[in-house]
Amino acid sequence: MRKANVLPGLRLGLGYTLTYLSILVLIPIAALILKSASVSPEQFWQIATGTRAMASYRVTFGASLIAASINAVFGLIVAWVLVRYTFPGKRLIDALVDLPFALPTAVAGITLATLYSGNGWIGQFLEPLGLKVAFTPLGIVVALTFITLPFVVRTLQPVIEDIEPEAEDAAASLGASRWQTWMRVIFPTIFPALLTGFTLGLSRAIGEFGSVIFIAGNMPLISEITPLLIISKLEQYDLPGATVLAVVMLIVSFVLLLTINILQWWTAQRQSGDGGASEPMPAPVVQAA
Amino acid sequence: MGIAVHGITKRFGDFVALDNVSLEIPTGELVALLGPSGCGKTTLLRIIAGMESADAGQVLFSGEEATHLHARERQVGFVFQHYALFRHMSVFENVAFGLRVKPRGQRLPEPEIRERVMSLLKLVQLDWLAQRYPSQLSGGQRQRIALARALAVEPKVLLLDEPFGALDTQVRKELRRWLRRLHDEMHIASIFVTHDQEEALEVADRVVVLNRGQIEQVGSPDEVYAHPASPFVFRFLGNVNVFHSRMHGAWADVAQEVPRTEGHGDSIAFVRPHDIELERKQATGSIKAQVRHVQPIGPTVRVELEHDGEIVEVDLTRDRHETLRLQSGETVWMRPRQVKVFSAKA
Repeated sequence: MRKANVLPGLRLGLGYTLTYLSILVLIPIAALILKSASVSPEQFWQIATGTRAMASYRVTFGASLIAASINAVFGLIVAWVLVRYTFPGKRLIDALVDLPFALPTAVAGITLATLYSGNGWIGQFLEPLGLKVAFTPLGIVVALTFITLPFVVRTLQPVIEDIEPEAEDAAASLGASRWQTWMRVIFPTIFPALLTGFTLGLSRAIGEFGSVIFIAGNMPLISEITPLLIISKLEQYDLPGATVLAVVMLIVSFVLLLTINILQWWTAQRQSGDGGASEPMPAPVVQAA
Repeated sequence: MGIAVHGITKRFGDFVALDNVSLEIPTGELVALLGPSGCGKTTLLRIIAGMESADAGQVLFSGEEATHLHARERQVGFVFQHYALFRHMSVFENVAFGLRVKPRGQRLPEPEIRERVMSLLKLVQLDWLAQRYPSQLSGGQRQRIALARALAVEPKVLLLDEPFGALDTQVRKELRRWLRRLHDEMHIASIFVTHDQEEALEVADRVVVLNRGQIEQVGSPDEVYAHPASPFVFRFLGNVNVFHSRMHGAWADVAQEVPRTEGHGDSIAFVRPHDIELERKQATGSIKAQVRHVQPIGPTVRVELEHDGEIVEVDLTRDRHETLRLQSGETVWMRPRQVKVFSAKA
């Protein structure tokens, strides 16, 4: 049974959505998978689990997870401060948050590399402490943290604005301490949005290329990210090798995102308590590696 | 345990929300804070609860200083207009919240928490909803859960901020009666804020009428209705007709009529719509007016009259309307049965 709706054209809309998604997402991915099918399963396994490849996965997914986690914590603080407090220059700082979105990633990478290198503004103080940032895996984490900052902040802001101050008053009148109010009332409310922001940041970080290559140093086995390895394979006209790595990235990203989406759906369902039909969060987008 | 506030003053910028308010509420009493929006009634309630701090003045709980106690140390139950239930918790967990956040030493063991919550849910007759989430409940049910949650910590004082404001008339009526019964069983001091005079007069033992941050009158519902202390209280509690008049020594001149007053100068005479008698013939002290509109409203019939360019509303009983059968445009004579005159300066 079709329900009467204010807006017409469900079938048209559905058809359009499917076509659009097919052209933009499914067909390129299918082509990628088909291409990788040109190698035998044994070869596929061999390429996918090569030492250099394995090291690059660790760097890519490891640094992305660390960067997304850092932003989950500090992005939450930034979002909280921007919503709950008023201070001079608040609007300016609010605008600054979006800068990593707008800045060309290569510019960001070069800037960060200059700042954190041995004689850079920040690097000159860190190096004597034994902290080498530029041209190490740590540099990758710094670049990815910078690039993914807006995701957590921007997904959390509207949700924090939405929290009823009355719920906090209610918790206090029932005898809850500030910490209990935060842990039991506020955090569970914003957790689904935090997870969304984390996922968006993570997927962006996994796919990030431009900023990383300038600061990473790109040493094989140490600071080489998978996207760069794919490029270098392409430059050697090793098309099958490149597609195999691409497919591996695709699968891992997809599994990661799917897991987090299911987790999100589950928490949202618990919160709304009505089967999750009114889930307010946008589904995160898989970024092509 | 009683509540007392002494000389409470609160400002928001230039706006004076409360101006030197003092009030005492003994245990067992259900008090209504009544007033128009912006009169400071909610602010006063929040100051008593510790959610807002006063600029000056004292809050005492059973004679003990509580002005600077944090909300969580005051042991007050607070019920919000928009329920403020925790959305991500089941009904059961909402009610259990106050018991679960107690320090380890004072916390009840789990089976006792369970028992306590279920008995509270039975008290509000919603034990069958324990596993639901707030979004699945109706407004009336949510407010009952909010009340159960507030009562779980055995508060010494129950504060309700327009508790029935967001509900429809039927539910509101039912909950009012139910709150009254609950209050009588608990034997605590309760204060509820409302802008609905009918609600205040029906439920409360005592009504505190607030206006612009000041107490206009404190008294039993009957007292404030029958003997309003100021023109504001008269206007706020029910419909009223206003006659501008002049006082002459012991008399006020309302058109030709002459009710008793004191003082001199301009005055305002208040007459409730049901305190006016309508006749077709002139009698001593009656005022001439023209019928503009006759409108039956439920059990009464409202007659709109025009007198001297001013509109006067009169409520007739259905019986009286049957015998009079007034038509629009005809001339009648009205005779106020009860008039209250205030000096125009007040």
